[in-house]
Amino acid sequence: MTATESAPANVVGTPRLRKEDPKLLTGEGKYVDDIHVPGELWMGMVRSPHAHAKISSIETSAAAEMDGVHAVYTGAQLADMGLWIAPLPCAWPVTDDMVNPPHFPVATEAAHHVGDIVAVVLADSRYGAVDAAELVDVEYEVLPAVASIAEARDGSATAHHDLDSNKAFHWPLMPDPDALEAAFASATHVVKGEFVQQRLIPAAMEPRGVLAIPSPAGGDVTLYSATQVPHILKVMIAATTGLPEAKLRIIAPSVGGGFGAKLNVNPDELLAVTLANKLGRAVRWTESRSEAAFSTHQGRGQLQTIEIAADESGKIAGVRVHIDADMGAYMMLITPGVPLLGSFLYTGVYDVPAFGFTCDGYFTNLTPTDAYRGAGRPEASYAIERAMDMLAAKVGVGPDEIRRRNYLGGGGPFENLETASTLVFDSGNYGPSMDAALEMAGYADLRAEQQRRRDAGESKQMGIGLCTYVEICGLAPSRALGGLNYGAGGWEHAVVRFLPTGKVEVVTGSTPHGQGHETSWSMIVADKLGIDPDDVQVLHSDTAISPLGLDTYGSRSLAVGGVAVAMACDKVIEKAKLIAAHQMEANADDLEFAGGAFTVKGSPESTMPIQAIAFGAFTAHNLPDGMEPNLQEQVTFDPPNFAFPFGTHVAVVEVDEDTGDVSLMDYTAIDDCGTQINPLIVEGQVHGGIVQGVAQALWEEASYDADGNCKNPSFLDYLVPSAAEVPSMKLGSTTTPSTSNPLGVKGVGEAGTIGSAAAVINAVCDALSPYGVTDIAMPATPARVWKTIQQAKGGQS
Amino acid sequence: MQVEMTVNGQSMSADVEPRTLLVHYIRDDLGLTGTNVGCDTSSCGACTIHINGESAKSCTMLAAQARGTDVTTIEGMADNGTLHPMQQAFMECHGLQCGYCTPGMVMAATSLLKENPNPTEAEVREGLEGNLCRCTGYHNIVKSVLSAAGNSTNGGSQ
Repeated sequence: MTATESAPANVVGTPRLRKEDPKLLTGEGKYVDDIHVPGELWMGMVRSPHAHAKISSIETSAAAEMDGVHAVYTGAQLADMGLWIAPLPCAWPVTDDMVNPPHFPVATEAAHHVGDIVAVVLADSRYGAVDAAELVDVEYEVLPAVASIAEARDGSATAHHDLDSNKAFHWPLMPDPDALEAAFASATHVVKGEFVQQRLIPAAMEPRGVLAIPSPAGGDVTLYSATQVPHILKVMIAATTGLPEAKLRIIAPSVGGGFGAKLNVNPDELLAVTLANKLGRAVRWTESRSEAAFSTHQGRGQLQTIEIAADESGKIAGVRVHIDADMGAYMMLITPGVPLLGSFLYTGVYDVPAFGFTCDGYFTNLTPTDAYRGAGRPEASYAIERAMDMLAAKVGVGPDEIRRRNYLGGGGPFENLETASTLVFDSGNYGPSMDAALEMAGYADLRAEQQRRRDAGESKQMGIGLCTYVEICGLAPSRALGGLNYGAGGWEHAVVRFLPTGKVEVVTGSTPHGQGHETSWSMIVADKLGIDPDDVQVLHSDTAISPLGLDTYGSRSLAVGGVAVAMACDKVIEKAKLIAAHQMEANADDLEFAGGAFTVKGSPESTMPIQAIAFGAFTAHNLPDGMEPNLQEQVTFDPPNFAFPFGTHVAVVEVDEDTGDVSLMDYTAIDDCGTQINPLIVEGQVHGGIVQGVAQALWEEASYDADGNCKNPSFLDYLVPSAAEVPSMKLGSTTTPSTSNPLGVKGVGEAGTIGSAAAVINAVCDALSPYGVTDIAMPATPARVWKTIQQAKGGQS
Repeated sequence: MQVEMTVNGQSMSADVEPRTLLVHYIRDDLGLTGTNVGCDTSSCGACTIHINGESAKSCTMLAAQARGTDVTTIEGMADNGTLHPMQQAFMECHGLQCGYCTPGMVMAATSLLKENPNPTEAEVREGLEGNLCRCTGYHNIVKSVLSAAGNSTNGGSQ
């Protein structure tokens, strides 16, 4: 692909270079830890070394007496100071009877996971805060820890000592239980997969951090936070602390990746705001990487059971799923809702007549879980796509054939199709996606090479894995969220305003942290208004500049926020047309708008550029009677439906049977995210997403011992892949516009992650299939693969 | 203690604690915040700079150990507003998204090409092993480095 720098007309759909880049490439971009104010105090957290323990005593004097230490607070002292009026929020109480133990920024009586904060120090330097925290002496009465979902289910110990059970909720999605039972009763084939979605550490490259700046006389507080959700944070800080919402300003400056890990309301954010407000001094904190395993939520953490009932030909009759989900120690912002986001997708891209899903949420004494890239949907895609390979083996057909036999819409184009999981898929066309992926991957040649290696008995065997995924984007229709008990809506807000000089300012409620919204939104506006994208400035991520918004997560920005921008442009054009008609003394119906100018139909010489109209709207000397000055419009878009991107991924792995080492040889992805605004950005999103999913399949796992200690919190042991572990990827796309919004866009931020883990593990299992291996747990480490091979060989002899 | 060095061609000095890491000296004392910190185990490479022309992770050494050296940070790469060819390549190949690993990645890649002006894709991947990125899947980073080397055809990239 060749990127272009100039500004041709109709820039949408072209691979345009990003306007964000020059700042970020030169060190000019300012992340939270880059911003300083005089007199700032550094927070240091005293964290529990035990997964579950009562706090017996806390001795703070040594820390308090240290040079440069301003204050030390225990949880009990902070509670007495009245800094908060409610616990940290969970915005998604999935059932009316969900158990939700109170969670305050600093524990008062007991710690419930390693890293739970038990005291806070404030010091005048980065290093001093760490030193002082180490001088706080805490005595604990250690309690039994619940260190896994299995232990939580067993219930011999409880994660919160005052709870009778670790179960937080039971959530069913059972549209027709009788039909489901009948489907399984009459099935020829039933396959059952039991999968572990291991815990993952999100590991955005920028650690989280905060800087709260008070205004002692004015009473307002500005919080800089490395967050994806400044707008949500503002509401929640007000609701939790009692500080007037209008006195809070939240700024997400340059944010170094999020992947869901920065969409929470965290203890550090509440501490910084309240302490800064109380003390009248700026308060800051930046997590260390090793601390992040405890101070930032983790992802996944599920045990999945999926069963497929099918007829003799492999045609699916029903899908039944049960999930046990690890909440961790507390309910964070959307912790319990994450498995539900996936619940609707366990039918995959298939025509499933009967479906049922249940989820039990459990507390453990581990770091809380919450959204991580894909949030429920990679888990769903993994389960159904792994199970489809099991079904293919049982029926005796190839993985491509079993999928083709079951595609929704017969594998052809469809619109607005209702699925057994009660959703209406906006549009799809799955057959051509598979065709394109197999062709680009060179599927026939790959199978031939695989057979050659098998026939030759080579030690390095090859596996080919397919995954046809579908996901839910465009979060979300507000009514649908209400139906799921979610505590907010799913709309997005945009303002488009012409400045007097003809330049355009866009205000968006989306909050980018690497996705290139400034570039993409400019392209949308440029095409709508017929102007140069470089004449568009996109303002975002500051609640004082963009007061209305619901932020960036769940691949929602373009399909909701970008659409709002486009719709605001339409309203700008409508108003401009009335002004043009008035000033050109023409009938508005006789005007057409193209190339940034209004022209009287049939009189091409009678034309008026929109910039001239904007200036006229600014001077307001000659506007229609009663019209407000200025050319500015706003739109709040609440989507009528979700959007459902899809695609086919093909992973090729080489498995060294002597060592168990798995290497990713080749990766092909055909993704369909509807209409593409900037293919350069689309491909970048897919690349990164794929590698995160591959990393779950092969390398990453937050590993815990029996006492609830994370064994690999640092980058020494938690294996985020480097460039050396992955190949270049082959990407292609199909385009099936969404029917859920006027741009036809679907979303692409999570697609790669949703398609790739299943493709890779299907490939590993494919490589080992001659030994009768049908499953291998993630991550498929060399030790695990080698052991599986040895067991399989032993079983054969 | 007083620590002096040349940073981006200018003589710099600051009074710091002896234990101050070079990266914190650069960021907190000199105010050059383009060099980022992504980990605490010298694993991620976000803090990569050049010391006497060679790449180094500035979190692995004390400021005092860099006394008298000639340091280049990301702020010293562009020339009067004109991006360094490596920065330009990253822009043209979409080799960055959130930008946090980018300064370190650019410094490491520049050093890599100095040692090996005509690397293969595999050599670029091995050469950047010490720099982690969570956004790009490395595809476009590798493409950027090969492009900067004038060698984009042997990358296997599209």
